[in-house]
Amino acid sequence: MNKSMNIREKRFVAIAAAIALVFGLTPVANAMHIMEGYLPAGFCIAWGAICIPFLIAGYMSIRKTLKENPKTITLLAMAGAYVFVLSSLKIPSVTGSCSHMTGTGLGAILFGPTAVSILGIIVLIFQAILLAHGGLTTLGANTFSMAIAGPFVTYGIFVLCKKIKVNKHLGVFLAAAIGDLFTYCVTAFQLAMAYPSESGGVGVSVVKFLLVFAPTQLPLAIIEGILTVVIIIGLETYASSELAELGYLAGGVK
Amino acid sequence: MSKTKKTVIGLLLVVVLIAVVPLFVLKGAEFGGSDDAGSVAISEITGSEYEPWFTPIMETAIGGELPGEIESLLFCVQTGIGVGIIAFVMGRFVERKKKEDRLDNAK
Repeated sequence: MNKSMNIREKRFVAIAAAIALVFGLTPVANAMHIMEGYLPAGFCIAWGAICIPFLIAGYMSIRKTLKENPKTITLLAMAGAYVFVLSSLKIPSVTGSCSHMTGTGLGAILFGPTAVSILGIIVLIFQAILLAHGGLTTLGANTFSMAIAGPFVTYGIFVLCKKIKVNKHLGVFLAAAIGDLFTYCVTAFQLAMAYPSESGGVGVSVVKFLLVFAPTQLPLAIIEGILTVVIIIGLETYASSELAELGYLAGGVK
Repeated sequence: MSKTKKTVIGLLLVVVLIAVVPLFVLKGAEFGGSDDAGSVAISEITGSEYEPWFTPIMETAIGGELPGEIESLLFCVQTGIGVGIIAFVMGRFVERKKKEDRLDNAK
């Protein structure tokens, strides 16, 4: 049973990789986070305001988890570090430009989507201040796409896969990969709202920005999915007690 | 070699392949950064050159763009912090498991 699942999993990964390689070999430019100063002030404030309740919920969720299971702080540190690593690696993509992953999938699966908003905003602040990557004025919008919208999708897919009894690792893969991809869809949407096309309005702009982001991000989303599975396998092997405390092994839904 | 190990190594190989293949397939591609490209897309839509209304705080502080080498240094610092934490925690887990297994065997 288990073995056949594994073969299916491998086959799935292989097919997905093949699709990614064939997909859009045209050079397309891309952007990662929204650049400093590129969103009108009104949008900056609006996105920031939307993020605040999620950040508060995230803080309370983390505090609750740590109070109930103090031992899980090691896993929390690891989920945060995972975001640090993955969002710093710029990887060449099939479209001839580079992009990076989000790394928020692991935290979302282990700690729930709101907790990741805190981890994500730490990384975004680091990059905005030191690296001139992303930005302080666009922090709200970037936090929403990378640390809120993406993780919620990841979590939803993970729970759904569990409900319909998909192989757990395949579920983790799909959750992390689609969450990553969704992050960039949200970014495209945010940019389109701020820059509606003169001829066709927001709709045309969304398509335009999506065409810029999606083909570049697709292979990276697959990489992110695979890496998250690898980390989860490692944790299952060596940290089963912490995972059990988080409810990952039992039901995963907390 | 256990099955888990094989799976992990296989998966990591796929990751490396996905990351490296474009580099060889798309010879001469620029693999350029993000920021310029993003602003190009914006100016295509608005039809005019877009002026950011806020410059990154770091660029204001040093009075110019961050040099490429320094930027990669800072990116490496970010990666380093992350990898350090993951390696430290993972190392602890692995050793703990070994110890537990030994205790179980001794019983």
